[in-house]
Amino acid sequence: MSASTTIPPTTGTAGGSTTRRRRRGPRTWLAALPLLVFTGLCFGVPLGAIAFGAVTRTDPVSGATEATGEHLARSLQGPYLGSLIGSVQLSGLTALVAGVLGVLIAQAVVTSPSRALRGATLTASGVLANFGGVPLAFAFIATVGISGVVTQLADLTGLGWNLYSFTGLTVVYLYFLTPLMVLVTVPALDGLRPQWREAAQNNGASGWQFWRHVGLPVLAPSLLGGFVLLFGTAFAAHATAAALVGGSVPLVTLKIADALSGNVLTGQENVALALGLDMIVIAGLVMAVYLPLQRRSARWLR
Amino acid sequence: MAAMTPTPAPNDGAAPTAAPGAAPAPADRDGQRDRQETGVPAPARAPRRFRSGSRPRVWRGAVLALAGAYFLLPLLASFVFTVHVPGQGVSFEAYTQLLGAEGFTRSLLLSLGLAAATITASLLLAVPALVAVRIGSPRLRPVVEVMCMMPLVVPPIALVTGITTVLRWGPEHLSRTPLYQTFLAVQNPDFPLVLVLAYTVLALPFVYRSLDAGLRAVDVPTLVEAARSCGASWPYVVLRVILPNLRTALAGAAFLTLALVLGEFTIASLLGFQPFAVWIVSISGAHARMSVAVSVLSLLITWLLLLLLSRAGTAPATVSPGTTRHSRTSRTSGKES
Repeated sequence: MSASTTIPPTTGTAGGSTTRRRRRGPRTWLAALPLLVFTGLCFGVPLGAIAFGAVTRTDPVSGATEATGEHLARSLQGPYLGSLIGSVQLSGLTALVAGVLGVLIAQAVVTSPSRALRGATLTASGVLANFGGVPLAFAFIATVGISGVVTQLADLTGLGWNLYSFTGLTVVYLYFLTPLMVLVTVPALDGLRPQWREAAQNNGASGWQFWRHVGLPVLAPSLLGGFVLLFGTAFAAHATAAALVGGSVPLVTLKIADALSGNVLTGQENVALALGLDMIVIAGLVMAVYLPLQRRSARWLR
Repeated sequence: MAAMTPTPAPNDGAAPTAAPGAAPAPADRDGQRDRQETGVPAPARAPRRFRSGSRPRVWRGAVLALAGAYFLLPLLASFVFTVHVPGQGVSFEAYTQLLGAEGFTRSLLLSLGLAAATITASLLLAVPALVAVRIGSPRLRPVVEVMCMMPLVVPPIALVTGITTVLRWGPEHLSRTPLYQTFLAVQNPDFPLVLVLAYTVLALPFVYRSLDAGLRAVDVPTLVEAARSCGASWPYVVLRVILPNLRTALAGAAFLTLALVLGEFTIASLLGFQPFAVWIVSISGAHARMSVAVSVLSLLITWLLLLLLSRAGTAPATVSPGTTRHSRTSRTSGKES
């Protein structure tokens, strides 16, 4: 950075500074271009392929392509519809339970005077929320699977426990959804100012009245947003279920994987695309609920 | 907005406590104590602290103990599972045999290579774009944000259906064009670039949030103005002024990306490659103990990385983008209120 090259523009007249600003505009714009081109190519093109493939059919002999609603219709029938419903049920249930547990844990951490407990919980939540997927499935197989340690010790099989079922998946999903809820709600609970509680108490409100009229209304958008985020996460999860249950629980992610890897009839790829489109629509609705809620909660918890 | 109620509380809070019959016993006690306190301001603090300190301690302890048991049990049980062979006693074979296991080194190196490439690619794409949006092109900001957050809406399994479709175009339509060679090169099993591209897409939301939080904490335009006024060149400004201020955010973005790539299973397995997560599943049938041992190790390594990272910056800031935003906003809120 030799001074001789950079000083002339800065020591120039007012006109010089405006030309510099004008020159800076297009240059900074160029810096954002690689990102936009990349996402357009590597994200936009596959998305376009999903949308196009889901609504068209190409004749293998003539190569002619025609529009059809057949794939979408088939993705909403029979076993495919069942898998969509199964996914929605599992995600809804796990998100609800994990949401409640997460709020309880977060509240316990926030009201605790111990900084160490708080730091440890947040760090642990950060790790565990990312501990989905294959390793988690194996940890649970080793714990409460058929020959798992706890299964053997407590004779869970005799009690009717089966890890490779809807209930089993619920218990496993809670393992990464609950920490995620803790991460989402701790900031929101921190945002409840102690002054509000003091004001309510000075005016004679009981603890329940404080939560009913102040705490929950302020927190509601954050909590709903957290629930929706958990729902989306559980809905999109595939690796855990794939490593754990294979095909015994109907889930849309497993059905897509089956269709893609050709485990079912050939020519099902377009149904897989249609199912992918269904998933994107549902996940898109979820985000359309989540983002405004997050913005709303930010207004109070700033 | 019911949230406004703290201020007009007289018609909201005081009236019900005056009729304590409807309220449960603890609330009744609180109400009476509070009415006493309002008369005598000085000792008001002591009873309230007593209340918030002793009564919730019971449920707090119960909640934390139950949560701790639930979250520790699988980890402990997994460890016991790996070292204890029923009928044979304790052995660490599952861990010692790991290094020599078929495919372990190859798949781990592949995953680490993919992670390095993905981190480089996502940072090279996101940092210039975000800095540019900060200092020169604020109007691009919503575009960049939407582009970066969109992958959150698309589940990986849906993305991979799109990718397989696009990859099939190669042999079907492009076999006579030079693009075909690109399609083949991208799917080279020794280093599948297509996975790097897909992972970069998946990592963008996390990278964006981490960097955005980092950039929001520093006044980039002022720093740039100041550095430029002192005669610094553009490369110097970026390398010596902006990037050092973003160190924590960059480390956080890199860590999240690393964790994402090391654990990614869906895309790699459906495209037919074998990085680490896919390898674990492939050996689970024949070497159940070893696959669990690898899972335990992967969690420990992740934990260690996170701890190292939190030493480098502030602890909660690197845990999640959400907490980063919070810790800063709570600091500014002190000034506002």
